[in-house]
Amino acid sequence: MIGVISYLVFFSTIAAILAIAVLGLNLQWGNTGLFNGGVVASFGAGAYGTLILGGTPQDGHWGGFELYYPLALLGGMIFAGVLAWVVGKLTLRLRHDYLAIATFGVAVAFENVMRNATTVTGGAQGIRGFERPLQSLIGSGFTYNLMFLIAVLTCLALVYVFLERLTVSPFGRLLRAIREDETAARSLGKSPDKVRLAAFVTGSVIIGLAGSLYGTFYAFVSPQDVLPILTFQIWAMLIVGGAGNNKGAMAGAFLIWGSWTFSGWALSRFAPVEVQLYTGSIQFVLIGMVIVGMLLWRPQGLFPERLVVSQPGGGSRGKTQAEGLT
Amino acid sequence: MPDAVLSVENVTAGYVPDLPILRDVSVTAEREKLTVIIGPNGAGKSTLIKAVVGLLSVSRGGITANSQDITGLSPDRMTSAGIAYVPQTDNVFRTLTIRQNLDLALQKHAHASERLSELYKRFPVLADKQRDKAGSLSGGQRQFLAVAMALAADPVLILMDEPSAGLSPKAAEEVLDHAKQLTSFGVTILLVEQNVKQALKRADHCYVLAEGRNQIDGPATDLLQDPALGRIYLGGERRVSA
Repeated sequence: MIGVISYLVFFSTIAAILAIAVLGLNLQWGNTGLFNGGVVASFGAGAYGTLILGGTPQDGHWGGFELYYPLALLGGMIFAGVLAWVVGKLTLRLRHDYLAIATFGVAVAFENVMRNATTVTGGAQGIRGFERPLQSLIGSGFTYNLMFLIAVLTCLALVYVFLERLTVSPFGRLLRAIREDETAARSLGKSPDKVRLAAFVTGSVIIGLAGSLYGTFYAFVSPQDVLPILTFQIWAMLIVGGAGNNKGAMAGAFLIWGSWTFSGWALSRFAPVEVQLYTGSIQFVLIGMVIVGMLLWRPQGLFPERLVVSQPGGGSRGKTQAEGLT
Repeated sequence: MPDAVLSVENVTAGYVPDLPILRDVSVTAEREKLTVIIGPNGAGKSTLIKAVVGLLSVSRGGITANSQDITGLSPDRMTSAGIAYVPQTDNVFRTLTIRQNLDLALQKHAHASERLSELYKRFPVLADKQRDKAGSLSGGQRQFLAVAMALAADPVLILMDEPSAGLSPKAAEEVLDHAKQLTSFGVTILLVEQNVKQALKRADHCYVLAEGRNQIDGPATDLLQDPALGRIYLGGERRVSA
């Protein structure tokens, strides 16, 4: 029984971390219409940043500054934000598929830099020597994992509340306006370039937070953690959950991560031995099929975007677009 | 010398460098007047508006508005220069409510709630439907919303790109009537129109463009009677060859 609970804690921790990343992507795509094909670069920047800043010195590579953990976490988020700012400055004038290709290229380049810049990142061996915060106090067993899950869920809740408030704020309205029609927004004196960059950087900082927590949880990060498949997984979570809906984004993270781990378990247990060799590849195909299937049959996702309606006396209420307004 | 709010002087502009659509075009919009630009398809009417509001770069010539050189000014800085632009299509945010559309336009207004009340008073249909999505409005109502959004920032000059396009004859007349009415509230209007007769009936001054160049211009009432206008407008005659 304790084994099952222990696994559920582990599963929920990873799912919640990915949910934070999906919320960041939702700000970029769901609210602003920015097709970020390089989600994993921000995720990786957060993870590497935190581990380099907060880890202990290691032979053979730079870093290991042993910073106080909150500072290391913040530093990882700042790494992700700075990377996004540079990438955004270079690519955000591109639109849709071109932006996706450019950002995907950045993510592939990021992985290759992490793999080859051995003196900075530890290369293919990854970054080691990071001690998880409070581990010496709590230990590294079930209790620690449970505490870590609570910390991650707290972060998830804070990010959710922040994004929900952002959505109903004038800035959130502006994001949706720019997503819908940039020329019309310009004609109202808005500066889409600045707003798009702000949304891209903010979303990337949130994805970076997810990466930082991921790196912290495993106390390790390597190029294997920043492969392009993670970008597709996070996209699948958003598409299944419902772009533009923060609750949907979180639900999508748990659903897809659940399906991913279940399919891996089921294939390894029930599939013939010769098929089990291809478990990873079959999972990749399944993720692709989920994305295509959802786009064909339910493009709005399981939880469609909620339309936030202004009240004459201020405040707001929400309805899904599917419900419409009367 | 008439009081010109907008002065476009010998402007050459286009979508691609070295392939100008407009060639040495000059247009003036006088204060509190309705000036209309007409011409056959491909004449460069919408291109002219886009060049004025900074959506296209001007390779030669200059544009002055309110005694300020606005040549090359970015579109998002036009509202602070007192200029509003109503695009031909997609001029409202369909998935936002009417109230949200207006809130967006009023975001930087010092007295947003008072201005909102004024706009609702001027466009009662928008007040009635303020919680509806803009996408649910009829074509004419959508144009009213677009004009209301343009008016939100108290502009001196409004540029409209074919406001009657795709509307029923009745709705088109209402929209053009309203454009005319705005001039009596101190707003200068420059509009591009395909609906020539209806536009000329309401306009003070008219410019005819063809092949990206000025053809003729004059008081709208004179041009309405001018037989040459039909020939030029229908593409039968050019005063300037390419």
